[in-house]
Amino acid sequence: MNEPGGIGGSGEDPASLSKTSFRTRAIHVGNEVDAATGAVVPPIHLASTFRQPGAGVWGDFDYSRSGNPTRSHLQRTLASLEGGVGALAFSSGMAAIHAVTMLLRSGDHVVAGADLYGGAYRLLHKICDRAGIGVTLVDLTDIDAVEAAIHRHTKLLWIESIGNPQMSVPDLASLATLAKSRGLWTGVDNTFGTPALLRPLEFGIDIVMHSATKYLGGHSDCLGGTLAVSDPDLLDQLYFIQNATGAVLDPLSCFLVSRGLKTLDLRIRQQSETALRLALWLSELSDVRRVLYPGLPTHRQYDLARRQMDGAQGGMLTFELNGSLEKTSKVCESTKLFHLAVSLGAVESLIEQPATMSHASYDAADRARFGITDGLIRLSVGLESFEDLRDDLLGAMTA
Amino acid sequence: MPIDTEFRPAGSDTSDSAGPDTAAEPSLADYRPPRHPGLSTQCVHAGERRQKQDGAISTPIHTASTFTFESTDELIEFVEGRHVREEYGRYGSPNEKSVEAKLAALDHAEDAVVYSSGMSALVGLLMTRLNQGDEIVFFDQCYHRSRQFCREHLSRFGVTTYQVPTGDMAVMESAITPRTKMLVSESPTNPHLTAIDLDAFAELGRRHDVETLIDATLATPMNLKPIDHGVDFVLHSATKYLGGHNDLLAGVLCGGRSDLEPVRAMRGCLGNVNSGHNLYLLERGLKTFELRMHRHNENGMKVARFLEDHPRVERVYYLGLPSHPTHAIAARQMTGFGGLVTFTVKDADWRETAAVVDAAKIARIAPSLGGTESLIEQPLVMSYYNYTPEDRRDFGIADNMIRFSCGIENPEDLIADLDQALSA
Repeated sequence: MNEPGGIGGSGEDPASLSKTSFRTRAIHVGNEVDAATGAVVPPIHLASTFRQPGAGVWGDFDYSRSGNPTRSHLQRTLASLEGGVGALAFSSGMAAIHAVTMLLRSGDHVVAGADLYGGAYRLLHKICDRAGIGVTLVDLTDIDAVEAAIHRHTKLLWIESIGNPQMSVPDLASLATLAKSRGLWTGVDNTFGTPALLRPLEFGIDIVMHSATKYLGGHSDCLGGTLAVSDPDLLDQLYFIQNATGAVLDPLSCFLVSRGLKTLDLRIRQQSETALRLALWLSELSDVRRVLYPGLPTHRQYDLARRQMDGAQGGMLTFELNGSLEKTSKVCESTKLFHLAVSLGAVESLIEQPATMSHASYDAADRARFGITDGLIRLSVGLESFEDLRDDLLGAMTA
Repeated sequence: MPIDTEFRPAGSDTSDSAGPDTAAEPSLADYRPPRHPGLSTQCVHAGERRQKQDGAISTPIHTASTFTFESTDELIEFVEGRHVREEYGRYGSPNEKSVEAKLAALDHAEDAVVYSSGMSALVGLLMTRLNQGDEIVFFDQCYHRSRQFCREHLSRFGVTTYQVPTGDMAVMESAITPRTKMLVSESPTNPHLTAIDLDAFAELGRRHDVETLIDATLATPMNLKPIDHGVDFVLHSATKYLGGHNDLLAGVLCGGRSDLEPVRAMRGCLGNVNSGHNLYLLERGLKTFELRMHRHNENGMKVARFLEDHPRVERVYYLGLPSHPTHAIAARQMTGFGGLVTFTVKDADWRETAAVVDAAKIARIAPSLGGTESLIEQPLVMSYYNYTPEDRRDFGIADNMIRFSCGIENPEDLIADLDQALSA
């Protein structure tokens, strides 16, 4: 089987683009003019198979699971944006995380964050455990606790760049240094951070993962997952796993994610600005007990978040109402602009109640332990104006 | 009423006039294009149902060519006009209604009709409104294909076209006869970016009971609202800023509901409609329209100012610069000046000018404009190669002219690229 060139990244950038800014590369790298027609946007290749030059003589692409031109375009853009040697596109964020766990073997052990995304929690505790892979969850902002959880079978440290729903920010450089000293791989789910604001590979992290369904696609209209790495050998291993197991992203979704990436920098910076303004406004309300947003000076990792992230702190924020579960549910159900829905990262603003929605699978004791109180509300801030979103929240809170 | 066309976010009435730092007295030193916050909310939500089929957050793509009736009774209710619904794809589709409602809201229009291209929108309107023996009056700076359609094709059906000097309302008025049915202009024009005084233009039409049409493709609904100035119809090539990603063709006509009723009926007859796939991509593009357009405005202004100071540049055409002859008109009626910048290269023949175009590394040589990717072209070669030198002189197409469509890349990258291209 032939490995197509399209998983590689920055090495293939035209020289004129490699030094340009993030936003310019998001538009141009991987979007080179179609040589056959001059098309300014590459064609969408739906072909499942590719005609070969000869028996046993392989062209650049052979079978779409192994490689597809549209997927290659996206992967080259992603590799450039993450600063990696290559990237892989999967059919969902979970498929991407699963591919990472398939680097492990029976008897290996994983250390992950205590506020791990529920889907990753389920994968580690209900799927990987059947292969004899162990897992320990710790507070990733406590480096001593992380060190204490690592033992001789630990092979992977799995980190979320912004924890959910507490919006905790782990120190990626320290965690990468610790993991290297103990011989573990580090993987960061950077879905909340986005490569526009945070590039974990620059801090020595081995693997950066995204649910492309969120900010990368950005329009609530495709599912996808991505991995990018800085080590060519690790890229080869992950590519081998992807090709062998087959959870690749379809060409139409690849096109939609590529189209979304062109406005990623504009979207996330606008969403961050609006989120910060909402966080500041909410902080002043007497009905609001606390606001959790990494861009607020009151946030526990405010200085770290500012140091680690590129000029903005993202579009996700959580706040806690002085109120019962029922009152909080009513607020979430009363907005006219925010949609009541899980997921995040899109042009439309979303509102949800972690206690009854995103973290409903936690039992009452765990909800208390992880601070998922009844009054908690999570916002995914979209592109609507601050004034419109503020008025909508105010209307819902006084309804 | 299934589609929420009434949606108006809080503050949207005031946001478009955007306060003191609009273009009224722009000081270039601290120019910052105005934000249009309410507009961004409209881009995301206007025209869409709050609760969609199956609870889906994004509009589903309908590929059905035809729509079924449960019974003959239901069909009779539809035929008798008691039940408004879809019938056959050429007469309308769910994706078409959704994106038309959004476009109408953005342009402050009662209604919008979407076509398969900008040219198709122009043809659709003219074919609806004109009969043998009618006349139309155009300003002479205009898209060369619009001119070609009127000269070569409308003339075959007995319609006479008069072209008058751009912006000269007195000459346009003198060209109006009892047979005149429409006054047509672009604002800004292409590629000279001349702004037309829309209040005067609309007033001229009203005084003579002649309908007015403005092609506002280069301005976009963010920077200019011709309907608010009393213009009857607004046309956009939605291929440009509205779609915004250089990956679809579409056109749109905005105007009054009763004015557009026969226009929509004619579209059903001619069939210049879009697929659900294409309409969805347009709707998706519109979600980021305010963000993108804000950036196009900023990039256009920065690139224009850079070029104006560049020793190899002879002249820059950009409405945000006080040096543009119609800057005062634009400053009065626009809130931003777009991403298109036209300039001429000092002491360069057409070959030397082409060398600048060829040296650009980020911008690509292509027709069209308004997408995320910057494009560059030399009008002489791209659009006027087969015209005589005399015609080109009449149209104001100089040999050393370059048209640069700013994308939404980082402005410093675009300026560095143009700088090296001009120095090459």
